Amino acid sequence: MLDYLWLIPLLPLAGSALNGLAGKRLGSSFVTWVGCGSAGLAFLAAAAAVLDLVRAAPQNREVLISYFTWIACGDFVAEAQFLLDPLSGVMILVVTGVGFVIHVYSIGYMHGDGGYYRFFSYMNLFLFAMLVLVMAGNFLMMFVGWEGVGLCSYLLIGYYIDRKSAGDAGKKAFVVNRIGDVGFILGVFLVFATFGSLDFAEVFRQIASAPVRFPAETGVGLLTAIALLLFVGAIGKSAQIPLYVWLPDAMEGPTPVSALIHAATMVTAGVYMVVRCAPIYSRSEAALGVVTVVGILTAWLAATIGLTQTDIKRVLAYSTVSQLGYMFVAAGVTAFSAGIFHLMTHAFFKALLFLGAGSVIHAMGGEQDLTRMGGLRRYAPITYRTMCIAALAISGIFPLAGFFSKDEILFSAWAGGHPVVWAVGLATAGLTAFYMFRLTFLAFHGPERFGDDVRHHLHESPPSMTIPLVILAILATVGGFVGLPPWMGLGPNRFAEFLAPALAHAHRPETHEISHSVEFVFALVSVLAALIGIFLARYMYVGNPAAAGLLAARARGPYTLLYRKYYVDEIYDRLLVNPIVVVSREMLWKGIDVGIVDGTVNGVGASMRVWGGLLKYVQNGLVRSYASWILTGAALLLYYVARMRG
Amino acid sequence: MGLHHYLILSALLFAVGAAGVIVKKNIIAIFLCIELMLNAANLSFVAFSRYLDQVHGQIFVFFVMVVAAAEAAVGLAITITLYRNRRTLNVDDADLMKW
Repeated sequence: MLDYLWLIPLLPLAGSALNGLAGKRLGSSFVTWVGCGSAGLAFLAAAAAVLDLVRAAPQNREVLISYFTWIACGDFVAEAQFLLDPLSGVMILVVTGVGFVIHVYSIGYMHGDGGYYRFFSYMNLFLFAMLVLVMAGNFLMMFVGWEGVGLCSYLLIGYYIDRKSAGDAGKKAFVVNRIGDVGFILGVFLVFATFGSLDFAEVFRQIASAPVRFPAETGVGLLTAIALLLFVGAIGKSAQIPLYVWLPDAMEGPTPVSALIHAATMVTAGVYMVVRCAPIYSRSEAALGVVTVVGILTAWLAATIGLTQTDIKRVLAYSTVSQLGYMFVAAGVTAFSAGIFHLMTHAFFKALLFLGAGSVIHAMGGEQDLTRMGGLRRYAPITYRTMCIAALAISGIFPLAGFFSKDEILFSAWAGGHPVVWAVGLATAGLTAFYMFRLTFLAFHGPERFGDDVRHHLHESPPSMTIPLVILAILATVGGFVGLPPWMGLGPNRFAEFLAPALAHAHRPETHEISHSVEFVFALVSVLAALIGIFLARYMYVGNPAAAGLLAARARGPYTLLYRKYYVDEIYDRLLVNPIVVVSREMLWKGIDVGIVDGTVNGVGASMRVWGGLLKYVQNGLVRSYASWILTGAALLLYYVARMRG
Repeated sequence: MGLHHYLILSALLFAVGAAGVIVKKNIIAIFLCIELMLNAANLSFVAFSRYLDQVHGQIFVFFVMVVAAAEAAVGLAITITLYRNRRTLNVDDADLMKW
């Protein structure tokens, strides 16, 4: 299968082209088969490729295939090449696997929508771009995928083309991502200027083999600059402070899009990139510090905002931002495999949460406000149960998937000598459990806060939607078992061992062994934090429903601050957006564009008009006058020739 | 009789023809004047051919005659069309194509 690596991204691309070009004419069942079929085949191909990879000896688990030379210009050569190693192997399985499940879910969710073919075409295109991103063998290919997923994200956020808010959200996502991408491309330039190559293998080999040139503990230097520039890109793509503002707005897109792009895969591209560049990051203390601080701050702030939001999808969006923060914390404390582990488990349970929310929204006929739900567990039992599993998983309850990955991150933070990061992470875990179960209780428990007209058509979703929910629920339950921690006494962490070859060039700081019993205590503490969060949510939203409102009224200031999301959007509007708009309108538009550019063009036109107005009288229609002009001209010409000769 | 006699006659004929094209209003007269100019050129060709003892000039005269014949055919067709449409032979009355 490794010889057919190119099939994995090209299958969705073919599906996208087919659906985009012919889907409208050939009908929705054709679109369904092509859209889901190409995603499913891509998953099978990816699974076969990874299976081949697993069969190989650990040191041989790296396949780099160059297909053709894309750009050759002087010293600069960029090959179109795909790299399959354990890291990209995990990623392609997550992308195609979760992607396929969400494609199937979309059959039910998008049923009867006017843009059905367009939706599947974009979704397949997204899969293609994401696969190019994770399978890229050099920075340039990665950038192609990086921009590709950004484009698809924009197209799908603005999918409901008749809603202005959707278009605005798409533009916001696009513009904010551009800011990050500038940093990313500058980082790529600096990589080329430093190493003379953009191939991952070559760059990392140079770094690893030249410890003198790139000393490990240097605080500042080229590697730090490269790492920080690339991280700016990651901040944009993975919605970290200060560029996270686009992700909550991105919930304007259809729910499967939120699940696939804005929870499971695309937003994790930044984490993947940082882990892929582990050899660079691990050699720069400063960059690691920045990654950790940004990650933990984002995790905490987003979780606090999530406490008060009432839109079911926005709660999940802030939760995603928060969980992405965890992943960056993992990368920041050089627990790269833990970051990817959390990326994978998060893909399972967050996709499940979004799809569950989609199922709720579907049942409620488009209602997204948690305060108008309640008691839904009687009407949508499968959705309720799977949502509960997902909420438990994200809260980090043993033995669900989220427990293992989150606990590994928190423990790595402690073991790496960052007790403050660990403490904030632990508190965030408690908040996570609280807002997740707040959402669950508000939606599925308690009194029904909707009218009879809504109750009348309340229904469980069709099988095409519930089966994906069940599949993801199973994954969210057992997904953590691939990376059982050593303290359980079942051998070393298999997931970390699998990823190890891909991280071989990363610099490893000296670590002192911490006994397994200490690790066990840490695990216990994090579960305890989650349980406190859950019981608090239960007390405030089931046991004593008045408590939440009372607390909000008592602590009006903090509550409003959180409810209005720390006024970050307003501050950005005031500080950045409005000045840019004013400068653009008053100076760039009315001054430079209208005044200088248009003025020049119009001036040229106007002067032509004046001269033409004068000269047109030569054209008077009289044959004899024309003959006179010809004669005069000929005479002048003759005179001139005679003068030149003479 | 040297070359210059022929050339002076040719120049005079050409000048008369050119003046006629400009001052005459009747389209037939203008036509005749154009023929005069063409034949003035022919005279120069023949004179040079003789003077240089080369046949090229005489060959060119044939070409000019062919062109003149074709031009006469087109010109008379225009004249007839003009007369049918405007009942006039005065070229100053055919001045629609202007600013």
